[in-house]
Amino acid sequence: MNATGWKEIPIGGMILDAGNSVEYLTGGWRAFRPVFGEAQCINCMQCWLFCPDSSILVEDGKMVGFDLEHCKGCGICASVCPVNKKVIKQVGEVARDDERLCIRMVEEGKFQE
Amino acid sequence: MSKFEALAGNEAVATAMRQINPDVVAAYPITPQTSTVQKFADFVADGLVDTEFVTVESEHSAMSACVGASAAGARVMTATSANGLALMWEIVYIAASNRCPIVMSLVNRALSAPINIHCDHSDVMGIRDSGWIIIFSEDGQEAYDNLIQAVRIAEHPDVLLPVAVCQDGFITSHGMERVEIYDDEDVKAFVGTYEPKWPLLDIEHPKTYGPLDFYDYYYEHKRQQVEAMENAQQVVLDVAAEFKEKFGREYGLFEKYRLDDAEVAVVVLNSTAGTAKVVVDQLRDEGLKVGLLKPRLFRPFPAQELAQALSHLKAVAVMDRSISFGAMGNAGPLYLELAAALATHGVHIPIADYVYGLGGRDILPHEIEQVYRDALQIAATGRVEQMVTYLSVRE
Repeated sequence: MNATGWKEIPIGGMILDAGNSVEYLTGGWRAFRPVFGEAQCINCMQCWLFCPDSSILVEDGKMVGFDLEHCKGCGICASVCPVNKKVIKQVGEVARDDERLCIRMVEEGKFQE
Repeated sequence: MSKFEALAGNEAVATAMRQINPDVVAAYPITPQTSTVQKFADFVADGLVDTEFVTVESEHSAMSACVGASAAGARVMTATSANGLALMWEIVYIAASNRCPIVMSLVNRALSAPINIHCDHSDVMGIRDSGWIIIFSEDGQEAYDNLIQAVRIAEHPDVLLPVAVCQDGFITSHGMERVEIYDDEDVKAFVGTYEPKWPLLDIEHPKTYGPLDFYDYYYEHKRQQVEAMENAQQVVLDVAAEFKEKFGREYGLFEKYRLDDAEVAVVVLNSTAGTAKVVVDQLRDEGLKVGLLKPRLFRPFPAQELAQALSHLKAVAVMDRSISFGAMGNAGPLYLELAAALATHGVHIPIADYVYGLGGRDILPHEIEQVYRDALQIAATGRVEQMVTYLSVRE
């Protein structure tokens, strides 16, 4: 917890510097995380378009993963993913240790609706 | 040069608003406040003010628009009564917490139900913990003077809190009286130009108002509001001193009427204080040592100063125009707070409460006289037989 006292901070909860929401790591709110099956992604960028937290990482026109420091796990990316065997899936945070879990599950055909 | 006009209290308030010429007024009509905003709308239509007048669809929207405009950097005013204030409720707290120096004319009226459009103080007493500065006015002149001063109090850098200026619904809001209206230029010079420190419209310096504020900072922001309230009392006195120098009328934290050599006193807000002064004079003619204290500043509550001003008395009778249901003795809020103030500051004198005038019930001189005679009896025996009396209620 930040130890700044009441005399030192702007009144009324005002934030006087712009562009600092990146400093607020909202990833800790997540109960479910999106996981990504790279092999079948068609890079349509629907997830990038809809993500309310700018947490879809894109490099060279390709979707490459998630900014998990800010992703709140809302699942919109998984919901809008148009690929039949959906490439993005929501899994419980208990799976956080297995970064390749989704890819493995997609490959193993375990993501059937 | 100032001039005297025959004005109802609401017209006097609207005239103050014209002279203050706020950037934004957002308001919704409700009896008995309506004629304030109606008159001000005339001023807008006649081009006498530069105000952006926002005709909203409810009081919740009115106060919301006020908060937005204030954050944008505007000088903002509104007016309401009773259920209108109740509908503003959520945003009333937000205005104070966002430190928006909005000034509101609050024409006191009874809250429903049963529905009633006449005067009591149940509306304002509901916001007494909301973080607004609250000032009471005996008549149209005081409502006018207090509104002008409220702008300076609210916008003071050590305060930055909204201010509600009260007057009694119908009794003074619609009662025509002789009101001294100061020269437009003098009022404009007195209120000056608002220079907001953190206007949202300063797009060179983007900022955020009202962000999420959890357990890590919310408490500190509340502590800041306490500090602003602490500062407000001195600012109220400083602004009053400047006002007296400029316009000649004297204001303080409260008004004392024949109090200093009195043995018993009534403490009462707003217009009833005027009636009580007549009763004081009558009883003084009988040789009875009675006086009056009329609080002006209710938030922040000047507890120590009030206790000091009453400390020489043998008995105090508080008159409350609202009930704090379920509170100690089902007393009124003024009594509860004043009793606590006296006890806290070591003034141990008997104090009794007289609830009166709910829903606009007339309060007549002979009833106030009865309160004084009760207080004299309490002073003689040193005992309060009945802590709370519901004056003139039919059994």
